Amino acid sequence: MQIRTVLVVEDEPQIRRFVRSALEAEGWQVHEAGTLREGLSAAGTRQPDLLVLDLGLPDGDGVDLIRDVRGWSAVPIIVLSARTDEAEKIAALDAGADDYLTKPFGTGELLARVRANLRRPRAATGNGLAMEAVEPAFHFGDVEVDRSARLVRKAGVEVHLTPTEYRMLMVLVANAGRVITQKQLLREVWGPMRSDQSHYLRIYMGHLRQKLEADPAQPRHLLTESGVGYRLAA
Amino acid sequence: MTDIQRPDPDALIAQLRAQEAQTQRGKLRIYFGANAGVGKTWAMLSAAQRERRDGHDILIGVVETHGRAETAALVAGLESLPLRAVEYRGRRLSEFDLDAALARKPAILLVDELAHSNVQGSRHAKRWQDVQELLAAGIDVWTALNVQHLESLNGTVGAITGVRVHETVPDTVLDDADEVVLVDATPDELIARLGAGKVYVPQQAERAAQSFFRKGNLIALREIALRRTAEHVEDDVLGWRVEQSGASGGRVAAAWNTSGSLLACVGPHEDAAQTVRTAARLAGQLNVKWHAAYVETPRLQRLDAARRDRILAVLQLAQELGAETAVLTGDRVAPALAAQALHLNCATLVLGRPAMRGGWRWPLTGKGTARELAELAPSLDIVEAAHAGSSRRLPQALWNRSVGLDAEDAGEPGTGHHRWRGFLWALGASIAVTVLATPLHGLLELTNIVMLYLVGVVAVAIRLGRVPAAMAALLNVLAFDFFFVSPRMSFAVSDVQYIVTFAVMLGVGLLVGQLTAGLRFAAGVSISRERRAQSLFELARELSAALETSQVIEIGAAAVQGHFGGRAVVVAMDASDGLHYPADLPTGFDKSVADWTLRQGQSAGLATSTLAAQAWRYVPLKAPMRVRGVLALEPAHPRWLLIPEQAQQLDTLARQIAIALERVHYVNIAQQAVVDMESERLRNALLGAVSHDVRTPLTALITLAESLQSAPPQETGTVAQAIVRQAHQLNALVSNLLDMARLESDVSGQSVRLRRDWQSVEEVVGSAIRAAKPALGDMPVRTELPADLPLVEFDPVLIERVLVNLLENAAKYGAPPVVVAASTTDNMLVLKVRDLGPGLPASVRGKEHTLFEKFTRGQTESATPGVGLGLAICKAVVQAHGGAISAASAEGGGAEFTVTLARREPPPVPGFDDVERGVSAP
Repeated sequence: MQIRTVLVVEDEPQIRRFVRSALEAEGWQVHEAGTLREGLSAAGTRQPDLLVLDLGLPDGDGVDLIRDVRGWSAVPIIVLSARTDEAEKIAALDAGADDYLTKPFGTGELLARVRANLRRPRAATGNGLAMEAVEPAFHFGDVEVDRSARLVRKAGVEVHLTPTEYRMLMVLVANAGRVITQKQLLREVWGPMRSDQSHYLRIYMGHLRQKLEADPAQPRHLLTESGVGYRLAA
Repeated sequence: MTDIQRPDPDALIAQLRAQEAQTQRGKLRIYFGANAGVGKTWAMLSAAQRERRDGHDILIGVVETHGRAETAALVAGLESLPLRAVEYRGRRLSEFDLDAALARKPAILLVDELAHSNVQGSRHAKRWQDVQELLAAGIDVWTALNVQHLESLNGTVGAITGVRVHETVPDTVLDDADEVVLVDATPDELIARLGAGKVYVPQQAERAAQSFFRKGNLIALREIALRRTAEHVEDDVLGWRVEQSGASGGRVAAAWNTSGSLLACVGPHEDAAQTVRTAARLAGQLNVKWHAAYVETPRLQRLDAARRDRILAVLQLAQELGAETAVLTGDRVAPALAAQALHLNCATLVLGRPAMRGGWRWPLTGKGTARELAELAPSLDIVEAAHAGSSRRLPQALWNRSVGLDAEDAGEPGTGHHRWRGFLWALGASIAVTVLATPLHGLLELTNIVMLYLVGVVAVAIRLGRVPAAMAALLNVLAFDFFFVSPRMSFAVSDVQYIVTFAVMLGVGLLVGQLTAGLRFAAGVSISRERRAQSLFELARELSAALETSQVIEIGAAAVQGHFGGRAVVVAMDASDGLHYPADLPTGFDKSVADWTLRQGQSAGLATSTLAAQAWRYVPLKAPMRVRGVLALEPAHPRWLLIPEQAQQLDTLARQIAIALERVHYVNIAQQAVVDMESERLRNALLGAVSHDVRTPLTALITLAESLQSAPPQETGTVAQAIVRQAHQLNALVSNLLDMARLESDVSGQSVRLRRDWQSVEEVVGSAIRAAKPALGDMPVRTELPADLPLVEFDPVLIERVLVNLLENAAKYGAPPVVVAASTTDNMLVLKVRDLGPGLPASVRGKEHTLFEKFTRGQTESATPGVGLGLAICKAVVQAHGGAISAASAEGGGAEFTVTLARREPPPVPGFDDVERGVSAP
C-alpha cells in the first residue's frame, strides 16, 4: 500500500505531537509546520494527501493558506479551531476547507473526520463539494439510496421525495460525513441566486427528517451543525 | 470716628477675603493725573526702567509716546509686546494684544491709557476690563488715568471745562487699585509745556484744548485730582487700621457705616445719569453700600421705547458703579421709594433736581417728589443732585441695539400710532353711547344718560388706559351737552345747574378712568410677576424629575426659551472640564465666548460689559461646587435683558439649571460607586467560584495522571476514562466563563450582537439535545413539538446554548424523564424544559428570579460541579432577544423553565415549492 502523507500546520507543539501520534498510528507519514509561512512552502514541496490546519497561527490567518492551496490542489483540508465563533468556521469552509474540529477534541473524533474526508475525492466544482457519489447505492441507518434507480427506501419501503428534497439528499449523500455550509447547500440545490434564503433549508430539511428519521426532533443522521450547516452521519 | 467700638466681624472677614484674593490677583498701580500732559506716561516708564535695572520681568503691553522724544527714549531697553492689527471698517488699527499678554505672563505689565475704548469686536469694550482680566490672571499692571475719565467725576469735570469725554472708567477700578501714584504739575508749568508743544492734544480736540487749558480749569482739575487721591489714601489708612487692630486684638473706630446705606432714585429725565454718579460719589465718600431704583408708574410705563432704554442704561451704569439695582412698580413714585428705602435700611435718598425748563406742573402733584418723601419718611436724609449740562451718552452698543430694534418693535405702547388709535377709540365710544342714548331720550332721565356715558369712559379706560379715558370723558361731556341738554343741538345751556352736572360728570369720568387704568396697570404688573414665578416654578418642578444631563439641558433650554423667546442653548461641561457642544449649534452662537464665560465664570455677550456686540448672552451655570456649563440666550427682545428683573430672572434660571446639573453629576457618581461595588462583589464571587470549581477537576486530573504511571495495565483504561471525564467538565466550565465574558463585554457597549435568522425550532431542539448528550448520559429526553411549528427568527447558536444549559441543569439536579416542549401563539414562541426531579430548592421559592443571577446556585454548597453561570447565560441570551425566562416548580414535582420569545410571520417560500409539496405529500 502506498504511504500517505499528511501535513499538520499548528503552532502548539503539544497538539502537534498528539495529532502526529494519532495519525502515525493509522499509518500516515506526518510532516509538521509551526507557522503559516512554513505551512505554505511545505504544502507546495511535500504535496500531502491531507492537510490539518490550525486557524490561529502566529504569522497570519489560516484561511489565507486555504485559499492559496485551493488555487492548485484539491487535497482534503481539516481545520482546527480553538474559537467557538461560527463565522470563522464558515469562512474557512467557504474558502474551501472540507471540515472542522473545535478544540478540545479527542483522537476518535479526529480520525473519524479524516476517514470521512478521504472517502470521497473532491470534485472540482466551484463549491469544492463532491457532487458525484462513487457508489450508486448508499446506506445510512435503515435508509437506502439507490442513485441509479433514483429511489429512496426506508426500512425497505419506498419513500416519495420531491425533486428538491431528492436533490438536497443527493448533495448530503455525496458529502456524507462532511459538514456542508448553508451557503454551499443552497447554491447546490437552488442555484447561486438563492444563496441567502436559508429558511428554505429549514423547511426542506424538516421535510427530509419527517420522511427519513425515526424521531425528527432527535435526528441521528441528518444532523445540524449549529450556526454552520448540515452533516449527514452514516 | 471718636466712638470706640469692637471690630466688626464682617469687616474682618472682608479684610481676610481681600487679602486672600490679592495674593492670587495681580496688583494694580495707577498713575493718576489731573489732565493730559502732567507726565504720567513718563513717570510710569521711569519707574519701569528702575524695575528693569533691579532685574524684574517687566513688559510694555501698550504705551503711547505721542511722538515725544523724551518719553520714547525711556521705552528703549524695555521689552515691548507687539500690537495686534485689527481691521475695522476698512481701516487697520493697532490694539493691545490681551491674549499674547496673558500667554507671556510677565511679572509687571505696562498698559497705558486705562480709559481707552477697544475697537468693536474685541473681547472687552474697554481697556480697563482687559486690565481686570490681566489682574485676575495674577499679572501686576501699571496704568495711567486722567481725572476726567473717572465715571463719577465725568459730569463735574465736563461742567467745569466745557469738554465732555465719552471714555470713562468706573470709580471702583480706582478704588480697588493697590497703589495710586499721583502725578502732579502746577498749572503754570502745564501751560508752559503746552506752549512748548510738549502736551499731546488730539487733532479733533484742538479748538476745545484752547478753552480746556485755561488756568482756572487747570486749578480746578488739580484740586479734584488731589482730593480723589486723598480719598484713596484715606481708604488705605482705614484698611490699615482695621488690619492693625485685628492683628493686635484691639479696638477700632467704626470704619464704615453698615446700616445707613444710600438709595438713588432713577427718573425718566436726562439727568438721571448725573444723579447716579452723584450717588456713587457720595456712597464712596460715606463708605456705604448704595442702591439704585427706578419706580415704574403707569405714567412712566407709557414712555416711548427710547426713553425707557435710557432709563435701563442708567440702571446699568449704576450697577457698573457698584450699586444694587431694582425696578419697582407702583402708582406713585414717593411711597414706593420710601418703602424701598425702609426695606433696604437706607439713611439717605438721592434724587435728581426736578427740571424747571419747558414744563408745567400738574397742579395736584405739584409739591414734588422730594417734599412728598419728606412727609412720608421723615427720618430719611434727602439729597437733591444738581443736573449737569448734558447727559452721559449711553454705552454705545446698547444704544445701537435698542435703537435698531425699535423699528421692529411695534407692540410697544405709547407710540404716536397708538395715541391716535386711543383717540379714535375714545371718539368711537362717545359716538356709540350717544347713538345708543338718543332713542332713550324720552324714556330715561338725563341723570341716567349721564350714567351711560360714564360706562363708556370705564370701557375705554379698561381697554386703552388713562389718556384715552380722559379724552372720552371730555368728549362725553361735550356730546351730552350738545345732544341732550336743552337747547339740544347746541352747546348753549339754558339751565345753569347743568354746569354742575358737567363738572361732576367730567370729574367722575376722569377719576374713574384714572382708577380703572391704575387697576389695569396693577393687573399687568402682577401678571408679569406671576409669569416670572410660574416659569421658575415649572422649571424647578421639571428639573427635579430630570435624571440625566441631556434631560436637564433640554428642560433648561426650553424653560429659558419659553420665558425670553428667541433661542436658548444649554451647554454642559464634559468629563475633561471643557464644554460639550451639541452637533447642531444655532447660527450666531460663538464657542470662544462660551469658553471664556466658562473659564471666567462671568456673563458675557449681549447687555454685559464683555463683548457687548454679540447677539447672544452667555451666562455661566454656577453651582455651589463649581461652574457646570454655559447658558446661551438670543432673546426675542434684546432690551429685556437690560431690565434688572429680567436679568435677575435669567440668572435665577441659570442657577436652577446649574444646581440640577450638579445634582445629576453627583447622582451619576453615586451610581458609579454602586456599580463599582457590585462589580467588586461579582469579581470576588467569580474568584471564589473559579478557584473552587477549577481546582477540583484539576486536582482530580493530577491525581489520575499520577496514578496512571503506577496503575496495573488492566486499570489504565478506567483511569484514562476518568481523566477524559474530568477534562470535559473543566472544558464545560471554561466555556461557560468565556460565554459569559463574551455576552457581558457586548452588554457594556450595547446589546449582544445577534445573528438572527429564520430557524426551525425542531432543528435547534434536536441539536441542543445532541450537544447536551455528554451531560445527559443515558437520561432520556422527550420532545413535545407540534408538527406545524412555524419558523422563528433568532440566533440559533445562542438559543441552542440556552437549551443545552437548561438540559444540563435538568441532568444535574432533576430526574428523568426530561421534557422539551414548544408552542406558539400569534406573536410568541414558548419553550419549556421540565424534569421530574425534586423541583426548585425551598430557599428560592418566591424569589425564583434570583436563580438567574451570576454565581448563584440553588444549593450553595454541593458536590455538583458548576459555578452557577449557566442560568445567568440563559438570561443574558434571552434578554438580548427581547424575551423572558422564568423558573417555577412544575405541577407534580420537578422544575420547569420557560423561555418566551417574540415572533412574527416567517417569510413565504415561493409558490412552485408549495405545488411541489402538495404533489409529493406521502
